[in-house]
Amino acid sequence: MPILEHLWIILALPLAGAALNGLLGKNWSKTIVNSIGIGSVSLAFLSVLEAIREFSLLPAGQLSFFKNYFNWMSAGSFKVDFALQMDHLTIVMLLVVTFVSLLVHIYSTGYMAHEEGYYRFFAYLNLFVFFMLTLVLAANIVLMFVGWEGVGLCSYLLIGFWFLKQSAINAGKKAFLTTRIGDFGFTVGILLLFWTFSSVDFGTVFAKVANMPAESATQAGVLTWICLLLFAGAIGKSAQLPLYVWLPDAMEGPTPVSALIHAATMVTAGVYMVARMQALFSRAPIAMFVVAAVGAITAFYAATIGLVQTDIKKVLAYSTVSQLGYMFLGCGVGAYAAGIFHLMTHAFFKGLLFLAAGSVIHAMGGEQDMRNMGGLRKQIPVTYWTMFIATLAIAGIPGFAGFFSKDEILDAAGSGPNAHIALWLLGLAGAGLTSFYMFRLIFLTFFGRPRFDERKVHVHESPRSMTVPLMILALLSVVGGWFAAPHLLGKTDYFEAFLHPVFATYGVPAGIEQGTSLAGAAGEAGGISSSPAMELFHALTGPPVVLAIIGLLVAWWFYIRKPDAPKKLAERAHGLYKLLLDKYYVDEIYAALIIRPFLWISTNVLWHMVDERVIDGTVNGVARVAREVGGQAREIQSGNARSYATWVVIGAVGFTVLMLGVWGMVR
Amino acid sequence: MPSHLLTVIALLPLLGVPALLLLRGDDHTWIRRIALVVSLAEFAISLFLLRGFDSVNPGYQFEEYYDWIARAGIHYHLGVDGISLFLVLLTTFLTPLAILCSWQAIHENVKGFFIALLVIETAMIGVFVSLDLLLFFFFWELTLIPMYFLIGIWGHGRRIYAAVKFILYTMFGSILMLVAILWLYNLAGTFDLPDIQAKLQTGMILLPARTELLLFGAFFLAFAIKVPLFPLHTWLPDAHTEAPTAGSVILAGVMLKLGTYGMLRFCLPLFPDAAHRMAPLIGVLAIIGIVYGAMVATVQTDLKRLVAYTSVSHLGFVVLGIFAFSTISIQGAIFQMLSHGISTGALFLGVGMLYDRRHTFEIKEYGGLVNPMPVLMSFFLFIALSSLALPPLNGFIGEFLILIGTFQNHHAWAAWAASGAVLSAIYLLWAYQRVGFGEVTVEKNRNLPDASGRERLILATMAVAIIFMGVASPLFTRRMQSSTDSLLQQMDRVQNASRRTATPELAGKQVGIELRQHQNASAKKISLRRVQP
Repeated sequence: MPILEHLWIILALPLAGAALNGLLGKNWSKTIVNSIGIGSVSLAFLSVLEAIREFSLLPAGQLSFFKNYFNWMSAGSFKVDFALQMDHLTIVMLLVVTFVSLLVHIYSTGYMAHEEGYYRFFAYLNLFVFFMLTLVLAANIVLMFVGWEGVGLCSYLLIGFWFLKQSAINAGKKAFLTTRIGDFGFTVGILLLFWTFSSVDFGTVFAKVANMPAESATQAGVLTWICLLLFAGAIGKSAQLPLYVWLPDAMEGPTPVSALIHAATMVTAGVYMVARMQALFSRAPIAMFVVAAVGAITAFYAATIGLVQTDIKKVLAYSTVSQLGYMFLGCGVGAYAAGIFHLMTHAFFKGLLFLAAGSVIHAMGGEQDMRNMGGLRKQIPVTYWTMFIATLAIAGIPGFAGFFSKDEILDAAGSGPNAHIALWLLGLAGAGLTSFYMFRLIFLTFFGRPRFDERKVHVHESPRSMTVPLMILALLSVVGGWFAAPHLLGKTDYFEAFLHPVFATYGVPAGIEQGTSLAGAAGEAGGISSSPAMELFHALTGPPVVLAIIGLLVAWWFYIRKPDAPKKLAERAHGLYKLLLDKYYVDEIYAALIIRPFLWISTNVLWHMVDERVIDGTVNGVARVAREVGGQAREIQSGNARSYATWVVIGAVGFTVLMLGVWGMVR
Repeated sequence: MPSHLLTVIALLPLLGVPALLLLRGDDHTWIRRIALVVSLAEFAISLFLLRGFDSVNPGYQFEEYYDWIARAGIHYHLGVDGISLFLVLLTTFLTPLAILCSWQAIHENVKGFFIALLVIETAMIGVFVSLDLLLFFFFWELTLIPMYFLIGIWGHGRRIYAAVKFILYTMFGSILMLVAILWLYNLAGTFDLPDIQAKLQTGMILLPARTELLLFGAFFLAFAIKVPLFPLHTWLPDAHTEAPTAGSVILAGVMLKLGTYGMLRFCLPLFPDAAHRMAPLIGVLAIIGIVYGAMVATVQTDLKRLVAYTSVSHLGFVVLGIFAFSTISIQGAIFQMLSHGISTGALFLGVGMLYDRRHTFEIKEYGGLVNPMPVLMSFFLFIALSSLALPPLNGFIGEFLILIGTFQNHHAWAAWAASGAVLSAIYLLWAYQRVGFGEVTVEKNRNLPDASGRERLILATMAVAIIFMGVASPLFTRRMQSSTDSLLQQMDRVQNASRRTATPELAGKQVGIELRQHQNASAKKISLRRVQP
């Protein structure tokens, strides 16, 4: 079946699954719900594979496939079509989204087995896949926005899945509202985009932008504004400073949701958007710098909070915020391929970390506080080993997936064309912290003595439906990075070469073009390039690796060697510890500066004062005056003939005077 | 062949009135049934409009033209174009739902209630299809009386206060409008709208700037009160809160649009200079309305009042779109009128269903309703999402078109208005959370019955409309296109006509070549009459 011609099928499958389970699933058995939920996503995955096969058969010159299905919005010169497109960037995203979704669906059959509203969960999950795929496949920015908002809705529904819990509902609402603040920017960005290019289609816009010169690095032009506004949306959706606050709270949702939506896919939508719009971003150096700076600062900032969190999911949440920062850092310095590469490897290892954390929580009977865990490695070996592999990957230990992608980003930040020493240092410091907090998590959870009552908690390994996805993701967390292995030898890496058609199509101005490969290319061109062996040696002993190992050792020292040390340090540096533990008080500051004033002004100024006193007061005042005047005037109609006669005379005189006056004026 | 379709549509609901009068007052079942059947037949017949409507033709269609009081230049003149077509359909679509939702809620004087609903339907359709100023005014006033009774007799709590406030506010505007209509008649010698339009376009009537501004102001004020535009909105929360559900549905669903429709039909094409001059002020008021309505809605403790304030916010978008004078934003505004009619109508229906169960609108009396009523509350959430403009639902289309169109002419307006999307998410999700989520907080709510078959039918109809409008929006906008284009062209033509002649201030004194040219021009076109190509 020709899927490429009918890309909509990829969308229709999960949508149909969502509709079936959502509308009818209530009375169905788990088996039926499962087979619809998992079946629709597997079919979507297979369709993606088939579409890719057909895509590869396209004539060599054709770099993307575009198909318009129907007109969705049209008024005057403004037109939006339901049109889908596929290119190499889409392929990467499609594979990541459908494959990780599939694993999470399978995992959920085990994890959610005893939950109320099982069908509802799968309906939401399928709906999420539908919107995420819409976001990825959209051929214009408005349709992308549909997916963008849609995944936000599913995130809202899934975070608040346990709707009896106030904290869960609040977290869902917070997520939706915070991202909507970013979407305000995104919306205005679309408006400006259409105003500038008279089109919202990616193809048209990029073709037009290809003829535009890059904007200056000191003065913001229209492209810069478009990019900054769109990036505001990314800041919200991908949880960057200052709008990241919703993501840690989003951990209230079921753990598979955290893995899929709040680690692997939805939160990376912002990165995808920036990469998709790279034709614009690459011409807007100020916007690029902002992207890189926000990314780098967030990467470091979130990592510092991650150091002291005790909730296993919260650590991972801040870690996600931090890792997303790296992706933006990569895009911001022009290394889009590296950013997307990290997006992919992160989807594997962070998805795995969350699923494994879910398995730990499952084993512990719902416990999430690492202070009450410990020594679990023997009892849940599969979970332990897979999580350990993911940790090696995220920490950037050579050979594992995260090492390759993070290395490329830091490379570009340190020596690429848009490199900046501060960005590089922030990224580097973040890498060290990442290694520390991740190994802290491992040591606290799996090593040492059990810190829980073993008679009450019956630790047990999770069922096969949960462990198999863990193992698959663990495999990918290792080999997923090997596409980039040639990079270590100073050659072009396969992943970048694969995406090259996308990022090189629109004639990006010189200097920004090459990004990641530049380090290697410069080496080759200069002839200084040492042998592949030297390159490899440098890569393996570079600062990121050194810091990762230092992080590991410090974590080992603190949590295995001297378990008392953390407490002592926390006491000695109490202020700093408290500041980190309370997350820099950002939530409290927002509440005091934004939320409470907003409600106060709405209630006391707008409602009670303007509405009730000023406007209604005036209206009622006029009514009262009218009533009183009327009451007075009533006296005139006394029924007394003589008084009427008096009034007639007064009226006649008055009228004459008036007429004379008017006549005089007219003359 | 002259078509009488519009007359049929406009007057059919009135046919139900004698039928209802013949029934015994306590025969509630048959009163309801007949009212429903009449309104359904009405809807079915109104669909024929779609079939015969020519979307390329920018002018009035299905025209009917008879002398009424010939000597005074009053005609029975009906017609629809791309602007009014869907408003008629919106009316005929919502009325059966309003009747259906009152099925069990109304116990007293049932007959009077349904008669009032049917009379309102006729009056509203009359407003949308009248092309004669006096006929328009007649129907305009006719909408007030039954609504006054609906609120005053079948309303809640402070219903008398609300009804009187409603009628005084609107009458104030109506009187100004009547004066303006008579003045215009004095100038044009006719009440016929297309006639007046033609005369203005050809320069046969010239309005001095001050006159134009005053006329515009009188019309605009009447419409702005109806919309309601900030700061003329305070009648709305009271009227909504006290009105019975059907009254609120009709009020929010259709009646508010009489105001925005009037702006499109009269203020823009007849007084384009004044409209352009006042646009900066109106645009700012509209934006204030968007933000203000949303902020005040956020902190309401009464659910129905909350929904009422959201109308202030959403209608602000419509006014903004109209006064941005771009073909995109005006189509967006018309679309937003329809989609607000559906979404807010549905919100009121939902709130009404809660009221039927618990007889209160206080938010704190609810909480955790998802537990006893999952179906009703799922619909509720869906409707809320449509109201907060989540793509690809209906609310998004209208809002987005307005923003895109407004941005073409006014960057800052559109940017400010876009913040409305954030605010609408705040008030709706927060309200929904307090009503729906969490544990059941009030013991009485624990065993509330979920949506009945009748309620499911109503809500499902609304949900289908919400999705349909969101996914298939070109089916609507395609039919608006040429009429909105022609509206903007008319504005240009009228402006050009007045500029050709003279600067408006000097119009009285100037007796130069320009005036003679104008006389020649108008002499040639003296035979031009209402029906446009």
